[in-house]
Amino acid sequence: EEKPQFPGASAEFAERLEFIQPNVISGIPVYRVMDRQGHILHPSEDPQHVLLLEHVINMYDPPNTCYLHVWLLTYTVSTCVTPGTCYQHVLLLEHVINMYDHLNTYCVLMYRGYPLDLFMAQCYGNSMDPGKGRQMPVHYGCRQRHFVTISSPLATQIPQAVGAAYAIKRADANRAVICYFGEGAASEGDAHAGFNFAATLECPIVFFCRNNGYAISTPTSEQYRGDGIAARGPGYGLLSIRVDGNDVFAVYRATREARRRAVAENRPVLIEAMTY
Amino acid sequence: RRGLAPPAATVSQVTVRDALNQALDEELERDERVFLLGEEVAQYDGAYKISRGLWKKYGDKRVIDTPISEMGFAGIAVGAAMAGLRPVCEFMTFNFSMQAIDQVINSAAKTCYMSAGLIGVPIVFRGPNGASAGVAAQHSQCFAAWYGHCPGLKVVSPWSAEDAKGLLKAAIRDDNPVVMLENELLYGVPFELSEQAQSKDFIIPIGKAKIERQGTHITLVSHSRLVGHCMETASVLAKEGVECEVINMRTIRPMDIEAVEASIVKTNHLITVEGGWPQFGVGAEICARIMEGPAFNYLDAPAVRVTSTDVPMPYAKNLEDNSMPQVKDIIFAVKKVLNI
Repeated sequence: EEKPQFPGASAEFAERLEFIQPNVISGIPVYRVMDRQGHILHPSEDPQHVLLLEHVINMYDPPNTCYLHVWLLTYTVSTCVTPGTCYQHVLLLEHVINMYDHLNTYCVLMYRGYPLDLFMAQCYGNSMDPGKGRQMPVHYGCRQRHFVTISSPLATQIPQAVGAAYAIKRADANRAVICYFGEGAASEGDAHAGFNFAATLECPIVFFCRNNGYAISTPTSEQYRGDGIAARGPGYGLLSIRVDGNDVFAVYRATREARRRAVAENRPVLIEAMTY
Repeated sequence: RRGLAPPAATVSQVTVRDALNQALDEELERDERVFLLGEEVAQYDGAYKISRGLWKKYGDKRVIDTPISEMGFAGIAVGAAMAGLRPVCEFMTFNFSMQAIDQVINSAAKTCYMSAGLIGVPIVFRGPNGASAGVAAQHSQCFAAWYGHCPGLKVVSPWSAEDAKGLLKAAIRDDNPVVMLENELLYGVPFELSEQAQSKDFIIPIGKAKIERQGTHITLVSHSRLVGHCMETASVLAKEGVECEVINMRTIRPMDIEAVEASIVKTNHLITVEGGWPQFGVGAEICARIMEGPAFNYLDAPAVRVTSTDVPMPYAKNLEDNSMPQVKDIIFAVKKVLNI
């Protein structure tokens, strides 16, 4: 049997003309742990972590939805991020991780203990702001908590996160980078470059994409025609998964495993969290 | 029979936003090759509502919402222009055009020259430029100097509603790539639009400045929003007996330096006022050209530039206000040049 011997790809020969049809009707399945009533479907998938339960209760407790305060300010990015995609998946990432965030997931910084006072100071740009009033509201950053300051242009954090992951790989065997972005930002050229470099440079990075169906008013039907962001991952050589972003346990399990493998195997992982 | 008295010339108050909207509407109607593309321009009516109502009126083929990739849609627009369409490519702000600048410069600006005139790129890149209010470093940069630097591009910078409408129509009808630098804070400002300016064929020639206010003691040259600051400065100083001549450049490239020279022959003093940073700015270019030309002999004092402070724009209001030229800064510069 003859086999192709091209440097660019490793495959079999095909003798019939057939185009690969993009599969958007039944694409990559959405991993979930709970059903719509909140019951755990398979005990083997249950994270069963006591600490997790405590945080779940805190998360749904109204006083913690402090992003409501942020809406009162002149500028904010209203977040449709559901609890599943903000708190829980970073809960038990024990080792230090550098975080490259964007406008909608500042709750991860909140979880790391960044005081509410400093959040508000940043939004007001007052004298208490560690950023000294230089940045627009919701552009938080905290060196001690390894949360890289948010930057406005979309998707620029993706190649930067990859670069940081590369540096971390060379310096320390047990750390990773997590990079958050929306499905709209994934259309930017930087996202393409970031994914490609993460794979070719073998970086310990978790790409976390929040897909909420809209970029301002642009629906996903106008943002892309493929099977979302998860389907792009294999194209770049990334380990990829799609999860139910509203399912706290699913997001937690996926992110935990992603982080473990990113560090153990020095490879990038892509998680696409579906939400509204 | 008694004849009817002719109707009085109707002047109306029109905001810059509505003037731009009218210009787009009229040009979309006039030439079916014209189309608008960009982020949020269709269903959302435009991030700043400049294209309000246009998608409803002209549909998907003429007003197109793009995915979030400036380099992507600028490239597509350039390709469409090369193939015979006349795109109007909107950047949500020109700060984001940096993601696409290779397409604007290397593909749009240089192609006519590189192809010895065989391939034209009749495209308009437009959007808000320069500082707004409270949008900090990555949303406040002025790109007049950056784009004004490149041969192959025309660069316009309107101030009033009349400027906005006339220049946008001229830009769309121009067969060259044109960068139109609008200003977000001007969008909501109403200006008088003369009856002539309200007509569907009203265009302002690219490359011609306008004298907004006559004066005899000093020439103030500016563009975009700061023309308004210069007008205010002139009002304040008129009470002190200093008559400022205010020139609205309207076009950055090709620059109407003759208008500035003619004014200096009259006033003998010059200051330039811009929202951009001082180094390598529009004011620097004006001063250089004046020195190289005949008007130098008519200057009684060195020209002075009034610009933004040489820092990335901060967010906090007090810091932001002090980073941009204010009327008091222009007054100070005038008095310094006039030695009063």
